[in-house]
This record gives sequence, C-alpha cells and structure tokens, in this order.
Amino acid sequence: MKRFFPLILLAPLLTLAVEKKIELPVEPMKFKEGKGSELANAYCYTCHSVEYIATQPPMPRKFWEAAVLKMRDKFGAPIPEESVQPLIDYLTENYGKK
Amino acid sequence: AIAAGELLAAEDQITLPFENGVRSLASYPGKRPLILLTSRPPQLETPFSIFNEGVLTPNDAFFVRYHLSNIPLSIDTETFRLSIKGSVGTPLSLSLDDLKNNFEQVETVAVAQCSGNSRGFIQPRVGGGQLGNGAMGNARWKGVRLKDVLEKAGVKPGAKQVSFDGLDTAVMPGTPDFVKALDLGKALDGEILIAHSMNGEDLPMLNGFPIRLVVPGYYATYWVKHLSEITVLDQPFEGFWVKTAYRIPDTAGACVPPGTAPANTIPINRLNVRSFITSHPDGAVVKAGEQVSIRGIAFDGGEGIKEVQFSGDGGKTWIATTLGEDLGRFSFREWTLIHQARAKGRAEWKVRAFNRVGESQPAEALWNPAGYMRNVVETVNVEIA
Ligand code: HEC
Repeated sequence: MKRFFPLILLAPLLTLAVEKKIELPVEPMKFKEGKGSELANAYCYTCHSVEYIATQPPMPRKFWEAAVLKMRDKFGAPIPEESVQPLIDYLTENYGKK
Repeated sequence: AIAAGELLAAEDQITLPFENGVRSLASYPGKRPLILLTSRPPQLETPFSIFNEGVLTPNDAFFVRYHLSNIPLSIDTETFRLSIKGSVGTPLSLSLDDLKNNFEQVETVAVAQCSGNSRGFIQPRVGGGQLGNGAMGNARWKGVRLKDVLEKAGVKPGAKQVSFDGLDTAVMPGTPDFVKALDLGKALDGEILIAHSMNGEDLPMLNGFPIRLVVPGYYATYWVKHLSEITVLDQPFEGFWVKTAYRIPDTAGACVPPGTAPANTIPINRLNVRSFITSHPDGAVVKAGEQVSIRGIAFDGGEGIKEVQFSGDGGKTWIATTLGEDLGRFSFREWTLIHQARAKGRAEWKVRAFNRVGESQPAEALWNPAGYMRNVVETVNVEIA
C-alpha cells in the first residue's frame, strides 16, 4: 500500500501551488495628536502609513511645504487649498525643526 | 497579525545611528524580524549583522521596498500571465509554465541595492526613505533572459525603449503607476533576467512573487516586482518614475555641492563601488596585541571587484585584504584580513574597494538632492583595550 502515499500527499500540494496568499501585520503608528492632526489623518493617510512622515529627519518648514505640494501636485492628493497652510503648520510643529 | 503593542516593545527596537533613527523590528510574511521603515506599503531593511553571515542574503532577511500601497497579497499561479506588447511582431502572454519550460533557464548572482540605501547618513539630511545600510542584498537569481523573451516576441525596427510594470498599483487615480524603462540596447544585453527563483526557492511574495526583473549591476529601482507587463516603445518613456523621480546629477560622481540643485539630470543607472566591514560594528572592543579576523563585503556595478584595502589607522596607511570566492562580477565579494591592533585607545578602521577599471570610493561623502548612491569609504570606530 506504500505507493498510495505519494498520491495522497500530492493532492494538497497541488492546491497549495495554485494560490500564494499573504496577510500584512497591523499598522502600528498614528499621527501625533495636536492642532491640525485631524487634517493629517484626513489627507496624509490615504496612500501611505504615518512612518512616511514620522521617520523623516527634523526638517524646516520649507521641506514640509514642498512635501505637501508634491503630494498634491505630483501624486494627486486631494488637499483643499484652505488646508494646505494648516497642514504645513502641523507637520513643522510635530515632525519638523521649529 | 502583530498587535501594535508588540511592535513598540523596547526589545523589538533598533536605533540606526542618525537623528530620528529609532525603528521597530517587525515580522512580515516570509520574513524574519526586519527593520521597519514603513508599514503601508511595506518597506523593510535588513539588519546589518546579517551581511556577516554569508555572501548570499537569505530570502527571509532580504530587504523590501515598494512605492505604492496596493500591493498584491495573493497571486494565482495558474492564471498569472506576463504580457509582452507594444512594438513587437507577436505580442505574447506567458504563463509561469511557459517561462519555466519554453526558455533557457539562466542563473546569476547579483546585488540588489536600493538607490537610497544609506540615505539616513547623508549630511545635510535629505527627505525620502531614511535607510541605514541594509537596503541591499545579494542573491542567486534564476529565470529567463529578457533578451530571449523579447526576441521571441520580435522587436520591431525603430523601437527605442522597453518599459516594465508590475501588479502593484496606486491608491488614488492621480498617483503615477510605478513603471520603469530601459533603453532597448540595455534591455537586449543578455544580462537582464525575468527571475522566478531566488536562492533556489520561489521569490518571497514581498520580493516580487512570482517573477521580477533582475537587472544585474543596476540599482534595484529597475528590478520591477510582480512583473506583469513588458512594453516595447518606439518613443522614449515619459512616466513619472523615470522622467521626474530617480534622477541623478549628470556630473562626475553624480554629485553637486550640498544644498544646491543640479543643472542637468539623467536616470539613475549603474551601482557605484562600495565596501563594508561586517565583522565588527561601530563601538566594537578589540584586545591590543591580539590577532583579529576582520571580514566584510565589496561590490560594484558589474566590472567586478579587483582589490579591497583595509586601514587600521583612519586612512593613513592601507593594506590589501584577501578576496573570497568569486561568485561573478555582480555579486558581493567577501574579503578577509588578519589584523593586529597595537596601540590602545580608539581606532578608526576603514575599508575601500577598487573595481577592475580602477574605480573606487570617495574619502569624503558626496551629496545629491535625492540622497542616492552613497558610497563614501566606510569607517568603523573600534576600541582597542
Ligand atoms: C494621493 C496619494 C498620497 C497622499 C494623499 C499623500 N501622499 Fe505622501 N506620498 C505618496 C507617494 C506615492 C509617495 C512616494 C512613495 C514611495 O516612493 O515610497 C509619498 C511619499 C511621501 C513622503 C516621503 C518623501 C517622498 O517625497 O517620497 C513624505 C514625507 C510624504 N509622502 C508626506 C505626505 C504628507 C505630509 C501628506 C499629506 C499632506 C501625504 N504624504 C499625502 C502619495 C501620497
């Protein structure tokens, strides 16, 4: 009966081979709370996680201004005009060089 | 899934030696705990100590870099197809079986290195992925030649470039899809692989399962993962990730004075020369008068490493090291040295490599606005006790 073993083993292997699936871990990081954090949560979180912002070195306001405008103009982030300055303020205050 | 609290526990953290360098170690599918740069899309860096374990980087320790957050989480290997289209005589739609059975299978050992590897060390600091030195890896890739596939499709006369797209897509419609392109001559050079295997196994999902482009000697930005579409173009490619991003100054050393913008830029291309000490981390303590085994790795963009030199005195004097097994001109090359440190106190150990055409590494770091291609001579500070 030995020769039946390979057949029995083969069936599940073949099904496994058809689909490869993974599950990603939960995202750990949230935006720092503070004036304007609701804007960051609304506009800076759709396309990528908070580490994109939080791992940057402490940079001056000019850097955060360029970042927000790049997200809007090159990557199509739908950021309302009236939120641009408050967002830059929030990012400089919480992740920047003051 | 990993709970947030676990990720933030102190023992699961590592501090990269630059400002704001605290990172979590995170477990992702197919991966041992790696340095978490970003979680969506996943970007993971290899802890540097792993490079001392061997010249091939294990699949479960290999770095991960994505740009766009809609990454494939499941792939049906029966229905997966690679399409070859555009300026070709016969458009193709190839299954994995086609690729594995109907083309010659080729192996190459090659280094994949992120253009922004080591960006966190750059002074003055620049924005972008704040990586230590772990966004690189060396693997034995197996697959088919891009050239063979393009020839089967029959490239039409007048074709200029070839673009490569993978299954990852953007979250918002306004974000440019991640597509890369190479000149036709480069695409047909016979070195580039469509790889289905890495170190003898399927590619890990996060490294591009089921197939990725392998462009030996070129920065990993070209090594498109989950490769699904190859398009032969009769016009130069105009997409964002070639035309606007991944540009380097068109100057010798791809550098400009810190804080300035280059007048002209070109797409990033070949790896420059790099070498590292892997056996001793910064701050290592070594006994005076004792024979110490020092080792590390060196690599370049495909000329091949000719010599690696070590300095125990901060670069005043240099001696040749012994090169390890040659796994090919695109691979990490191991180097070793027995060194006897005499004077007690702090010592600066340095390493520099030369390739077969005499290119080496700068003594002082070069700078460009995007923080690409760092290849300064590395220094490890050692305490001789
Ligand atoms: C429409 C999509 C989208 C939105 C919304 C968005 N980003 Fe981004 N962002 C991107 C993409 C795409 C990248 C590049 C990802 C990569 O290459 O890994 C990026 C990268 C970044 C980076 C890294 C540096 C760089 O330029 O690559 C920073 C910092 C950043 N974003 C900040 C922000 C901030 C701040 C906001 C909100 C004001 C924001 N993003 C909103 C798409 C977006």
